[in-house]
Amino acid sequence: MMTITIKLFASLRQGRFESESRALAEGSSVLDALELVGVSAAEAAVLFVNSRHAGPKHILAEGDSLAVFPPVGGG
Amino acid sequence: MDTILRINVAANGGPKAKAEPVGAYAGMGGRALTSHMIAREVPPLCHALGPENKIVIAPGLLSGTAAGQSGRLSIGCKSPLTGGIKEANAGGQAAQVLARLGYAAVVLEGEAADDQLYLVYINKDGVKIESAAAYKGLGNYELIDRIKERFGDKVACISIGPAGEYRMAAASIACTDMEMHPTRHAGRGGVGAVMGSKGIKVIVIDDAGAAMRQPKDPEKFKAANKAWVEGLKKHPVTGGGLPAYGTNVLTNIINEAGGFPTNNFKTGQFKGASKISGESFAATMTERGGQATHGCHRGCVIQCSGIYNDKNGKFLTKQPEYETVWAHGANCGIDDMDTIAMLDRLDDDYGLDTIEMGATVAVAMDAGLLKFGDAAGAIDLIKEVGKGSPLGRIIGNGAALTAKAFGLERAPVVKGQAMPAYDPRAIMGIGVTYATSPMGADHTAGYAIATNILKVGGFVDPLKPEGQIELSRNLQIATAAIDATGMCLFIAFAVLDQPETFQALLDLLNSFHGLSLTGDDVTALGKSILTAERDFNKAAGFTKEMDRLPSYFKREALDPHKVTFTVSDEELDQVFNW
Repeated sequence: MMTITIKLFASLRQGRFESESRALAEGSSVLDALELVGVSAAEAAVLFVNSRHAGPKHILAEGDSLAVFPPVGGG
Repeated sequence: MDTILRINVAANGGPKAKAEPVGAYAGMGGRALTSHMIAREVPPLCHALGPENKIVIAPGLLSGTAAGQSGRLSIGCKSPLTGGIKEANAGGQAAQVLARLGYAAVVLEGEAADDQLYLVYINKDGVKIESAAAYKGLGNYELIDRIKERFGDKVACISIGPAGEYRMAAASIACTDMEMHPTRHAGRGGVGAVMGSKGIKVIVIDDAGAAMRQPKDPEKFKAANKAWVEGLKKHPVTGGGLPAYGTNVLTNIINEAGGFPTNNFKTGQFKGASKISGESFAATMTERGGQATHGCHRGCVIQCSGIYNDKNGKFLTKQPEYETVWAHGANCGIDDMDTIAMLDRLDDDYGLDTIEMGATVAVAMDAGLLKFGDAAGAIDLIKEVGKGSPLGRIIGNGAALTAKAFGLERAPVVKGQAMPAYDPRAIMGIGVTYATSPMGADHTAGYAIATNILKVGGFVDPLKPEGQIELSRNLQIATAAIDATGMCLFIAFAVLDQPETFQALLDLLNSFHGLSLTGDDVTALGKSILTAERDFNKAAGFTKEMDRLPSYFKREALDPHKVTFTVSDEELDQVFNW
């Protein structure tokens, strides 16, 4: 197993959490992590792993920080 | 909208107004009209505060109609900050009201004949101009309170505060919102200083008795507007994220991406970001009885604004925009919401660009005048600007001048104008826009954040130079065209992703004006505006060497990604090579 930090933002926090550490099996992907916290791939518009854009198939590593955003914009 | 109102401030006995047919400017609105008029009528080599400069105030092609989201106002002049052409854009009520009265533009021109200040009142019966001596030195809030006592609360106002009267290069022009607060500013480039140089304190616009503008083809227009509003409401950004959290929903994502300039662009992440995020602001505003969802003008569909109350539940300011939260927050090392809201209030009251002021306070901090994170010191410094003290005169003239005054290299400016809330090293597409826009460093001129960070309109990796030139070019062209329509730029989120919503915009323009514009015509419109602007700048002495970021952005690597800006100069010179 490995431990990663999952951070949720904006509307994704509703009924969930802001930031939590979660245990995942070695070799798990971003999509696996999303499933673990009940966020669908459609809801997760923008994903960062360690502050870099990542796709749902990206394989996570011990200590990674995954940030998940719904569609947002502004400026 | 077939009339241009010219106000000659040089006339004997005070300014005189003259209405004339729109003539050569027929079919133009917003930025198309302001930029073409400035390019045609203002000598590029003139001094921005001199008699040859003009202020052109123009609603967009769809302003004053029933079209949703059409209340943006363009204000153009030669900029005292950049020395080039300027279009500063504002929300609020003024665009809708001016357009309903039939004005394509109001132009302030000539050399103020005396040191007096004047009030211009415009309604359906014409124009009255009178002394505004009693309002001299007033902040925008007290000024508007006095206007309300006299003219009621249904009028719209365009005004300057003390910063405009002092002719500071960071002075803005305020527009009132639906609650008649002076919170919507044409902020950038010192437009307020030019209005101050013309001796006009406030323009009061009263559309009582004026009808909404009527389309050439009402049935098609109605159908287009329905599709338009549906398109804006169904897109998750314009229909979800923006109304719920406002523009400051960006703090967390830009910080996460490592492009959130902190302590005068020293690092790309701010430890206090979550305390000043849109999520935190929305919760606090709701808890204090303010509003987290609110429109800045009649007909706004997106509703990204809000009302910020103080700790006692009393109105303090509108929901500070993301750029303001960043400028006065992270960039100054300040993580306190109430301080940021107070600085927003003071900037609006004195009539100052919040981006330029936040960037300038950060430069002062970097120079050792005060410490990063000094909230009380930041408030005191902005108050100096309001007072017009010698120190305030330096700060009120912006980041470039302040860096020079205090002997600091690190002035994050292009063409003299401060960069907004995205570090160009970690988000290179916006760096291309900062470098090359005829406006100076301006995020709205080609909002590459959409595609670099938000994955709207596709995705171009923000940390690499590849693809950024084309991205910025296309966005700058599209933005110039949108700025001509009077539409809020945030429509771009829906238009970039939803072809049917772009078509609805074309249908609105065509059915209202009896045109048959295609997407190619919109592109041609954007190019014509940019060409006029660049030609003006060239004649004003600008060269390609001014389309560059300060050299330290190529030299100093930014954490956490340890990146420098690596788009080459040769590539930057290709942005307008279409």
